[in-house]
Amino acid sequence: MSIKNISRRGLLRTGAVTAGGLALPTIFTSSASAYTNEPTGSSVKLGFNVPQTGPYAEEGLDELRAFELAVEHLNGEGDGGMLSTFSSKELQGNGILGKKVEFVTGDTQTKSDVARTSAQSMIQKDGVVMVSGGSSSGVAVAVQGLCQEAGVIFMAALTHSNDTTGKDKKANGFRYFFNAYMSGAALAPVLSNAYGNERRAYHLTADYTWGWTQEESIKASTEALGWETVETVRTPVGAGDFSSYIAPVLNSGADVLILNHYGGDMVNSLTQAVQFGLRDKQVNGKNFEIIVPLYSELMAEGAGSNIQGVYGSMNWNWQLQDPGTQAFVQSFGKKYGRPPSGSAHTSYVQTLLYADAVTRAGTFNPCGVVEALEDFEFDGLGIGNTYYRGADHQCFKDVLVMKGADNPTNQYDTLEIVEVTPRSQVEYEPDHPMFAGGELGECNPGA
Amino acid sequence: MLGLNAKDSRFMLIVVALTLLTPFILNPFPADSALAQFNAGYPALMQRFAIYGLMAIGFNILFGLTGYLSFGHAAFLGVGSYASVWMFKLLSMNVIPALIAATLVSGVFALAIGYVSLRRSGIYFSILTLAFAEMCYRLAYSVLTPITNGETGLQITLSDPRILDGAPTSSSLPTPGFFGLKMNAAHTIDIAGWSFTFSVGYYFCAVIALIGFYLSLRIFRSPFGMMLRAVKSNQQRMNYTGLNSRPYTLAAFVISGMYAGLAGGLLAAMDPLAGAERMQWTASGEVVLMTIVGGVGTLMGPVLGAGFIKYCENIFSKINESVLHSWFSFLPDGVEDVVTWIFARFVGEGWHLTLGVMFMLIVTFLPGGLVEGGKRLAARRKKKSDADAAKHPAE
Repeated sequence: MSIKNISRRGLLRTGAVTAGGLALPTIFTSSASAYTNEPTGSSVKLGFNVPQTGPYAEEGLDELRAFELAVEHLNGEGDGGMLSTFSSKELQGNGILGKKVEFVTGDTQTKSDVARTSAQSMIQKDGVVMVSGGSSSGVAVAVQGLCQEAGVIFMAALTHSNDTTGKDKKANGFRYFFNAYMSGAALAPVLSNAYGNERRAYHLTADYTWGWTQEESIKASTEALGWETVETVRTPVGAGDFSSYIAPVLNSGADVLILNHYGGDMVNSLTQAVQFGLRDKQVNGKNFEIIVPLYSELMAEGAGSNIQGVYGSMNWNWQLQDPGTQAFVQSFGKKYGRPPSGSAHTSYVQTLLYADAVTRAGTFNPCGVVEALEDFEFDGLGIGNTYYRGADHQCFKDVLVMKGADNPTNQYDTLEIVEVTPRSQVEYEPDHPMFAGGELGECNPGA
Repeated sequence: MLGLNAKDSRFMLIVVALTLLTPFILNPFPADSALAQFNAGYPALMQRFAIYGLMAIGFNILFGLTGYLSFGHAAFLGVGSYASVWMFKLLSMNVIPALIAATLVSGVFALAIGYVSLRRSGIYFSILTLAFAEMCYRLAYSVLTPITNGETGLQITLSDPRILDGAPTSSSLPTPGFFGLKMNAAHTIDIAGWSFTFSVGYYFCAVIALIGFYLSLRIFRSPFGMMLRAVKSNQQRMNYTGLNSRPYTLAAFVISGMYAGLAGGLLAAMDPLAGAERMQWTASGEVVLMTIVGGVGTLMGPVLGAGFIKYCENIFSKINESVLHSWFSFLPDGVEDVVTWIFARFVGEGWHLTLGVMFMLIVTFLPGGLVEGGKRLAARRKKKSDADAAKHPAE
């Protein structure tokens, strides 16, 4: 013993400090609710985190329109949209589980950092139970990780990278949108018919997770046809000017240019490629062609006549004739005076699917919702029968192959459906090499 | 106290009290009221107040004292973030090695960049630092993708080695902690409608920011600080007296770079993700704005400026058109749409416009920043009470 003189006061003081120190961590762990942000009042809040600025802003704004519409329909306002065509009849238009639906919005600026900050504020300040949104897979992956840690559900809207439900998949995250692998699988047969099996492809790729996986997927499926990949070049997101990337294509010996770009970037790169006269060229005795694997109406609108005859794929298009699509297009058109884009459709459907899953589970608890959504099979939300696979939280359904319309009749009628690729053709195993490496983990209710 | 004179001790104590009571101060409105929109007392934002406050304190040591305007401090923030996320991946989820690595690595970067840039002064120095920061950003964004994971951002994964932590026990991602105290742990107290959140992460950042503030206070009062001020007032004259000022400016540059790196490390400790956008020139400009809005060369100014800008960013950007509609619903229909349309330009994604207007107003009317505003108010009150005292002489 080295301490000899222990005074009464000293002992008391030390004891009190020690006790305080030991008790300190426990006040941080006590919790009143069973899961993060358990709604206790008469309303429930959802968070819609979309890019309102940056290269994907157009898509983000359209997503926001659809979210607003979905909330209206859930609360029983408006004409109810797809609630009447949805195969699950749980939603009555009285909110979710009788609670009125409210929402908050945030601007992700198409940056992972900002998106996470915005999602944090939604979860911590506004108390949302579900975050939806996206428009960039980098952002979606980052926000999905955050939601997993915080214990809320993430209903990914626009994210097309294989990684979202591949190596970065999370138990609390769900994706309705299709992915790069499916685009490749759906496009390959059409491309083979249109352009033959002896082509030389040049890729320009957005330099982040989505671009990387789309390049990988398209490369794999075109090379399976017998195409040769001349070169793959990565370009920064939001570059604005792509001329320095397009000029080398002219002398590369390639006869197909594949643009793994999206949003404003795709509009710019396609427009510049056309201005460089690529499409009027003859290479290797064939017409030079351009392919945009992932299409959207908003991009088509932005690119104008440059997309005529350009092939691409889509998750959904407003020209489909099923009752779900018609109901949605009608109520969207009535509110906003324009047809919805594919990103709007995904956002709307994800919100409805979440609300339905909560209703079927009878709780907002993320683990209940996860259980209700896993291996859920439904119909009536556009594009036919759909299956939410439990193994990776990816939806499986038909995929559309599109072509830029040769004679558009109005500014919205810019794309035409070439083929509806059946679901069986785009399915893959959960442990497919392009998706391997991740762990779904367990659902996290937080708190 | 702690080598401070009585006045500074009092100042320091006030700062400590303000920092500890932040969860109360930032939540002045009841959680259910319409004004709850303006509450800022949630962990993520409070953490940012402390972190960017720390960064601005460090920036002020360079800009406020020597007058060298660096436009590249975001690079150190980013480097610090990457360094600490790599520590989380390789060593341990404990924040201590991460923060040490963040500070050291950014110090090395600052030494290299400062050594070159400080050969010039004035606008040339600013442009040089800007160029270096932009270089770092471009490197992190594309060339160094194996290290930084490019646009997607560097994140921790389950399969990381983390040699000090041993094998993962659960299938969910680990969270950064301070010897078992999780950074994302929080406790909420509800008092009669108000709801206050106390988070471990915030108090951890706050303690580090306070240490940073104390160090900066000591530097301000030290002979070294006096030398830095001399550089600002007349460097030429200093050189003519045979004194080489560069070691002093370089030291100030490295110190402020380390502050920024530490701030970056804290950002990663609160949320283990590092993105290249953190290094973009807009982020560098932000810290300059913070310092100027708050008051250049004052101790408290940069912290206030950081709080002001982060508040605008997080609160104004969350107000959307439907919120505005609910505010102005009492107006007649046509008028309401017009008013909403006008206000909508300044909130939501237009919050930058609000910030720009505020910045112009402050620079024009309060060149000394928010601190000068506070001083003027205090002076006016004093004058008034003096005048009152003169009117009614004591009996």
